Amino acid sequence: MLEKVSFLLLSFTLAEQLCKPGDPDGYKVRLSIKTALGENAYVWNDNEMFLFRATLAFAMTKQFDGQQFEVSDIIVCNQTARVSFWFVVTYPHNKTLVDKQVVERAVRKSRNRINSAFLLSDTTLEFIGIPPTLATPVNPSTPTWLIVFGVVMGAVCAGIIVVLVVSLVQRKRKKNETNEDTQVKTVENGAARDGVYYMSFSEDESSVTQM
Amino acid sequence: MDKEAESAEQKESTERPKWDNKVQYLLTCIGFAVGLGNVWRFPYLCQIYGGGAFLIPYLIALVLEGLPLLHMELAIGQRLRMGSVGVWNSISPYLGGLGVASLVVSFLVGLFYNMILAWVLWYFFHSFQSPLPWRDCPLNLNHTGYVTECEKTSSVNYFWYRETLNITPDIQTSGSLQWWLVLCLASAWCLVYICFIRGIETIGKATYVTATFPYLVLTIFLVRALTLSGAADGLIYLFTPNWETLKNPQVWLDAATQIFFSLSLAFGGLIAFSSYNPQKNDCERDAVIVGCVNSFTSIYASIPIFAILGFKANEDYNDCRNWNILTLTNAFNIGDENITLENYDDWFHYLNTTNPSVVESLDLKTCNLQTFLDQSASGTGLAFIVFTEAVIKMPGSQVWAVLFFIMLFSLGLSSMFGNLEGVLTPLLDLHMVPLWIPKEIFTGLMCLTSFAVALIFTMGSGNYWLEIFNSYVGSVPLLIIAFFEIISVVYIYGINRFNDDIEWMTGRRPNLYWQVTWRFISPFMLFVVFVAYVVISAKQRPTYNAWNPDYVHFPLAEVLHYPEWVFAICVLLCTLPVISIPLVAGYKFSGFLKKYIMNRHNQNPYANELTNDVEL
Repeated sequence: MLEKVSFLLLSFTLAEQLCKPGDPDGYKVRLSIKTALGENAYVWNDNEMFLFRATLAFAMTKQFDGQQFEVSDIIVCNQTARVSFWFVVTYPHNKTLVDKQVVERAVRKSRNRINSAFLLSDTTLEFIGIPPTLATPVNPSTPTWLIVFGVVMGAVCAGIIVVLVVSLVQRKRKKNETNEDTQVKTVENGAARDGVYYMSFSEDESSVTQM
Repeated sequence: MDKEAESAEQKESTERPKWDNKVQYLLTCIGFAVGLGNVWRFPYLCQIYGGGAFLIPYLIALVLEGLPLLHMELAIGQRLRMGSVGVWNSISPYLGGLGVASLVVSFLVGLFYNMILAWVLWYFFHSFQSPLPWRDCPLNLNHTGYVTECEKTSSVNYFWYRETLNITPDIQTSGSLQWWLVLCLASAWCLVYICFIRGIETIGKATYVTATFPYLVLTIFLVRALTLSGAADGLIYLFTPNWETLKNPQVWLDAATQIFFSLSLAFGGLIAFSSYNPQKNDCERDAVIVGCVNSFTSIYASIPIFAILGFKANEDYNDCRNWNILTLTNAFNIGDENITLENYDDWFHYLNTTNPSVVESLDLKTCNLQTFLDQSASGTGLAFIVFTEAVIKMPGSQVWAVLFFIMLFSLGLSSMFGNLEGVLTPLLDLHMVPLWIPKEIFTGLMCLTSFAVALIFTMGSGNYWLEIFNSYVGSVPLLIIAFFEIISVVYIYGINRFNDDIEWMTGRRPNLYWQVTWRFISPFMLFVVFVAYVVISAKQRPTYNAWNPDYVHFPLAEVLHYPEWVFAICVLLCTLPVISIPLVAGYKFSGFLKKYIMNRHNQNPYANELTNDVEL
C-alpha cells in the first residue's frame, strides 16, 4: 500500500516536473468558451480536462500508427481562469517528452476533431504556436464575375442588334413608300401630259377643216 | 419677327428631333446635372468644411452663380435651336471657337468618366459572390499566411489597388493593358451605346430609369442606414455646424466650384438638350427646377452616406476596443467575456494600478471615435474603399453592394448622355456627318472611337492618368468657357435682345434678379473663381499620390512630382480645349480683313460675288 502511494506521489511529482510553463516541448492552450457559445457555454471542470487529454491522446495515437497513447501520457499544468493551460506529451513506455514538431503535426492532423469535441473553432480553441491551416478559398472553374459579365453583355448586344435591325427595317419601309409615291406621281404626270397632248391634238384636228 | 420665327419653327419641327414630353426633357437635364459628384464629393466637402455651415456658401453660390448660368444655357439653346457650336456661331462668327471648346471638353470628359463607370461595373460584377471578394485577403503561395501587400494595408485596399487596377508604382511605368478592365470598359461603352443609339429618342426613354432609380436606392439606403448602430454619430458629425470655417476663403471657393461643376455647365450638353425643345417653353422654371433638384439631391444623398460612414466608424471603434480587451484578457488570464465594453474602463484602471509594467508592455491602442469619424474620403476612395468596407459589416452585404453599384452606374450613365450629346448635336448641326451614314452607325463610331482612346486608362498607370484628366480637363477649361459664354450672351448678343427672346418664349420678362446676376454678379464670380483656382494650383509643383508597395512608409501613399513630359501633357490638356476660342476668332477676323482689303481695292460692285468664296 505504501509502495503504491509512494509510486503515485513519485509519478505525480515527476509529471509536475515534466510540465512547466514555457517548456520548449510544451504548448499553451487557450479556450474562449463563452465567446464561442454564449449562453450555451459549459463550465470548464476536471471532466472537460479529462476529455481534452483523451482527445489529445487520440490525436497522438493517430499520428503514430503503432503506439497506443494513454490519457496519463498527456500532462497538464498551470491552469488559469481564462481558461488556459500548458501541456506536454510523453511517450507511453518511457517517460521522455515527445518533440514539439511531432506534437504540432499530430494536432494539425486532427485539429478539426479536437475542435468539434469541444464545440469550438480554430479561433476559440487556440494552440499558441500552431497556426491554423488557412482554409483554401473556393475557386470555381469560371470566376463568378465573368458569368455576370457574360449575362449583361449578352443582353446588351442582343438589344443593340434588335434596335439596329428594327431601324434598318423602318428605313427600308420608308424608302419603299417614298419610291411608290414618286412612281404614282410620275404616272399621274404622264397621264396629265397625255391628256393635254390628246386634247390639243383633238383640238387641232377639229380646227382643221375636214376634207 | 414673330411670324418668321414661327414659320422657321414649323419648318424645323419636321426635321429636328424633339422630346416626347416635358418630363423626358426635365429628367434628362436633371440626370445630366446629378452625377457621381453629388454622392461622393458634396458629402466630403460638407464634412471637412464644418457640416451644416457649408450649406450657406453652397446655397449662396447656387443662387448667385449656378441658377443664372443654368437659365442662360437653357434659354440660349431653346431660342437658337442648335447645339453649342451652332449657337455661338449664330451669335457671332467670331465666337465659333466657344462651341468647339465645349465639344472638345465634352469628348475628353466622356473618355475618363466612362472609365469610372467601368470600375463601377467591375465591382458590380463581383458583388454577386459570397463572401464578397474584398472581404478577405488572398492566401500566399504556400497557404501559410496572407499576401504581404494585403496584410500591410487591408483587404479592401488590396482589392482596389491590386486586383482591380493592378496599379504601377508611378506614372512613368505604364504597365500593360489589363484585360479585365478592357472587358469592363467595353461593356460600359456598349451600355452607353444602346441608350444613346438614336440620340434623344432613346436617351429620353432611358432616363425614365436612369434618372429616377438613384433616388429609389438612396431612399432604401436611408431607411437601412438609419437603423444601423452608430448612424447617429455619423449624422451628428456631418451636420454639426462649425461656423468658424466660414471665415476661410477656401470654403467659399470650393462652394462656388462645387456648384459650378455639379450643374454640368459649359459642357454644351444642356444647350443641346434644350435645343430640342419647342421654342414656347418656360425655360426659367426649368432652370430653377433643375438647379434646386440638383442641390436637394446632394443634401439628400449625404444623409445615408454619412449614416453608413458613422456606422463604419463605430464598428472600427468597437473593433479597436475589443482588440484591447482581448489583449488584456490573454495577458492576465482573466476569464473570457469578463471584460466587456461597458466595464473596460474599470478593469483597465484596476490592472494599470496593480501591474503597470505589464500593461505598458502590451502596447494597447488608443481608441477614439472621433479619429475614426475623421477618416474622410471623397471620389473613388469613398466608393471603392470606404463604402465597400462598410458594406462587408452590414448583414446581407451582397444586396447592399449590388444596389449601391447599380445606383452609381445609373448616376454616371445619365451624366454620360449629356457629355455625348454635347459632342453629337454640334457635329450634326454643322452637317459634318455625311448624309448617307445613318445616325445609329455614327453614334456607334463615336462610342468605338472613345473606347479606343480610353484604353489608356486600362493600363497599369491608368488611375494616375485619370486623375490628371479629372483635374486638368474638367476644371479650368470649363471656367473659361462659362465666362466667355456669359460675356457673349450679355454683351455681344445683347442683354436686351436676350430679354426679348425670353419674353417671347416664356411670356414674361426676366426680373431684376436675373438682370443683376447675368450682367454683373455671375461673370464676376466666375472670374474670381478662375483666378483663385489658377493661383492656388500654380503655387506649388503638382504632385500625385502613388501606390508603391516597396515604399518605406507603405501603406501610406508616396507623394511624387509629375515628370516634365507628364506636366507638359497636363498643360496641353488645359489649353487644348480653350485654344480654339482665340484661334477661330483670329481665323474669322483674318477672313474679314481680306474681304475688307479686297473691297477697298475693287470699287466695282460686281466684285463682291468673287470675294464671297474667300470667306470660307
